[in-house]
Amino acid sequence: MDALFSQLFAGLSLGSVLLLAALGLALTFGQMGVINMAHGELMMAGAYTAYVVQGVVGDAGVSLLVSLVIGFLVGGLIGLLLEVTLLSRMHRRPLDTLLVTWGVALVLQQLARDVFGAPNVDVRAPQWLSGAVQVFGIGMPKTRLFILLVAIVCVTALALVLRLTPLGRQIRATVQNRDLAETTGISTRATDRLTFFIGSGVAGVAGVTLTLLGSIGPTLGTAYIVDAFLVVVAGGIGQLKGTVIAAFALGLLQASIEYSTTTSIAKVLVFVAIVAFLQARPQGLVAMRTRSLA
Amino acid sequence: MMLELSEVHVGYGRTSVVHGVSLTVPAGGVVAVMGHNGAGKTTLLRAAVGLLRPQSGAVRLDGQDVTRLRPHQRVRRGLAYVAQGQQAFGQLTARENLQLVADAQPRGVGAARTDEALDLFPALRGLLGRRAGLLSGGQRQQLAIARALITGPRVLLLDEPTEGIQPSVVAEIEDAVLALTRAGDLAVLLVEQHVGFALSAAARYVVLESGRVRDEGTGGAEKEEQVRAAMAL
Repeated sequence: MDALFSQLFAGLSLGSVLLLAALGLALTFGQMGVINMAHGELMMAGAYTAYVVQGVVGDAGVSLLVSLVIGFLVGGLIGLLLEVTLLSRMHRRPLDTLLVTWGVALVLQQLARDVFGAPNVDVRAPQWLSGAVQVFGIGMPKTRLFILLVAIVCVTALALVLRLTPLGRQIRATVQNRDLAETTGISTRATDRLTFFIGSGVAGVAGVTLTLLGSIGPTLGTAYIVDAFLVVVAGGIGQLKGTVIAAFALGLLQASIEYSTTTSIAKVLVFVAIVAFLQARPQGLVAMRTRSLA
Repeated sequence: MMLELSEVHVGYGRTSVVHGVSLTVPAGGVVAVMGHNGAGKTTLLRAAVGLLRPQSGAVRLDGQDVTRLRPHQRVRRGLAYVAQGQQAFGQLTARENLQLVADAQPRGVGAARTDEALDLFPALRGLLGRRAGLLSGGQRQQLAIARALITGPRVLLLDEPTEGIQPSVVAEIEDAVLALTRAGDLAVLLVEQHVGFALSAAARYVVLESGRVRDEGTGGAEKEEQVRAAMAL
């Protein structure tokens, strides 16, 4: 029983990290169709933001909370710059966005190396996140619980914005039918920029939380980019609900396979499972049905 | 005059579809554009709203050149467009389809216009919670016209509003279009294949053939023979 709970928690924890990594991508790739290979580097920018803020603020607890906000802004602004300067010229050309953002990713990695040096750096976790909470006899690290909480807050906030606010309606309308949105009076360019800002900002937040799991370096993002895309594709492109389910499903699957094998074998088996799943259901977990084509 | 298309040449890529068409829709006036499939009617309307940029020529709204403005900027200046094919945001509910437009209006105005639009299509009131993608073609068309009206247009571009719609709903949509055109404060550019309906709604008509004006004149049911003859040529 202990082992079951332990694996369940490990899976939820891994799922929450995957979800944070994939959530921004669910907006920029899932909603806008931009294959942003620099998404991982936006996370890296968030992580280094936490490092810089801690250097300025000093107190680990305050700096973590401040970093979540500034990390969002830093990720968002880099994303916005990327959208305005490059991606806005590449609508409906996803393969071009892949190549361009791959280049941007390399530039950002090198920039981080130049500014912060090649070796990894550490961000201290606050005192109130040290240790573990005992539940059913299992020690759940507080840092992992905090990441789970941040993931839940981000998903809830994003879902509420998309569902209930004028901006959310604009974003959903624009991704569904750009021409119709324009002729309805929506500036699709402004909406694109806001969408990309929010998606990139969430990547920045994800990066801040990753500093709680270990040291950070210029290539931090490359470890997450493939997993993040897998989560969005397996969940069903354009569906936030699918992204959430897929993130936790993959986290639980990976954790449970790891229990009886190794991390590498688990990774391979999860890949195989996703490939098999997408063969049977190419549209992903959650797909919308409509009578019209729009 | 409200909307003026002047010597508009427009097409797709290097292919020209409309060759130098000029027409004027006066304030409160209704102009019908007719012609066979491929005559360039939809292309002309897409140029008017800004989804296509003319290769040459100009689009003027209230005397101001809007040729280089994006569609949403034209909409904010009083131009509304109901596209062919009963277009709706399928994954949004019918209510959200309307709210989306109401959001952009001044406080209070959006809600009042939504109410007015729903008075025109009362059947929509019971369907507001349904996803637009699950509505029938006729219901989606009513939703599209309602959405356009909430922008508070002074000029309405209607592209074949009754095309591909079940006969029982066609009458409702035709009645609504006639009510709008007869109110007198809305200029309408109506693209329509049903000659009888178009002529009963319009004060003037234009027949397009292969992207050029074939015939034009004042509307009225008595012109039906003449228009049919022009279209048959």
